Amino acid sequence: MKLKNKWPKYYKKDVVTHYCPGCGHGIVHRLVAELMEELDVGKRAICVNPAGCAVLAYKYFDIDMLESAHGRGTAMATGIKRARPDLFVFTYQGDGDLSAIGTAETIHSANRGEHISVIFINNAVYGMTGGQMAPTTLLGMKTTTTPSGRNPGYDGYPLHITDVVATFPGVIYAERVAVDGPAGIQKTKRAIRNAFQTQIDGLGYSIVEVLSACPTNWKMTPAQSFKWITEVMTTEFPLGVLADRRKKG
Amino acid sequence: MADMTEKATKKGRVVVKIEMCKGCNLCIEYCKRKVLRSSEELNSMGYHPAEPDEQMQCNACMLCALVCPELAIEVYDE
Ligand SMILES: Cc1ncc(C[n+]2csc(CCOP(=O)(O)OP(=O)(O)O)c2C)c(N)n1
Ligand code: SF4
Ligand code: SF4
Ligand code: SF4
Repeated sequence: MKLKNKWPKYYKKDVVTHYCPGCGHGIVHRLVAELMEELDVGKRAICVNPAGCAVLAYKYFDIDMLESAHGRGTAMATGIKRARPDLFVFTYQGDGDLSAIGTAETIHSANRGEHISVIFINNAVYGMTGGQMAPTTLLGMKTTTTPSGRNPGYDGYPLHITDVVATFPGVIYAERVAVDGPAGIQKTKRAIRNAFQTQIDGLGYSIVEVLSACPTNWKMTPAQSFKWITEVMTTEFPLGVLADRRKKG
Repeated sequence: MADMTEKATKKGRVVVKIEMCKGCNLCIEYCKRKVLRSSEELNSMGYHPAEPDEQMQCNACMLCALVCPELAIEVYDE
């Protein structure tokens, strides 16, 4: 019998990650590693990873990685890509990293239309630090800092930062997808492929927001978390292509 | 039905690498043929890994491997 799913070339062999059971990070890591191989960019790739649960991603991907200070990923990626335009440069960031402390870097790198790709993992909380409210936390959602649920009068509204940057002319490709089951995972891979191809073709900036499970802080089982993404999270963050300026390039 | 079962018997084989499995049960949830179940044993990390129960039913559809966050599943076909 023949093995159908070979271990991805750019993922360290038989690695066991530190992620919680059912965490979306592991799934997105696998998709990214597969695409490094399928698009043949692994050897010239640099990933900038964040502060957040993906802080140890350099232990898993078998490509060059640089660790950023919290939120500064796209500023670092800007420098790398401008110094070495021949390299394939992408960031991997959480919603606290990208849309709270890193808002300025996120907005301005997108507005400058840097030739980088951004993988944005939205799990609606600060995962690593214990499940505090993030800008992306849903209204009414309980977190450790919103124990009776996010109240818009006091805590403000969920921030749709990918929709914001999608309005910038320098943003060539922006899509929101969800890791909420087999179909969603396949769509996520297609979206990241489109984003990566945008950079390979020299067209400019691309971003993929991935709605991703954090079963631990959501206090749900992995299967319940997937269902919650489908049924609840996508009502606040609708899926789809938010910008596609590839043809005009 | 008998035909289908026979076909499935020939087609697929699933292997769970138990020391990489974190017992999230997503593979069990999404396998349409109910091939997998949660083991009563614990692995060295303290999780109940998934294990094949109805191996003969596997048709190598890959859904389990697609949803596995740990790359703990190998699927074989003919
Ligand atoms: C300058 C700075 N401030 C605060 C922190 C603490 N901190 C570490 S991770 C994190 C939030 C992570 O949340 P997110 O980006 O959503 O990623 P997740 O862990 O959910 O994947 C914070 C506030 C830090 N590491 N550095
Ligand atoms: S805390 Fe949440 S995001 Fe972090 S590893 Fe656990 S499940 Fe994943
Ligand atoms: S390959 Fe398909 S049928 Fe076989 S165990 Fe996995 S999900 Fe079930
Ligand atoms: S999906 Fe992977 S980690 Fe989760 S129970 Fe199945 S084999 Fe184990």
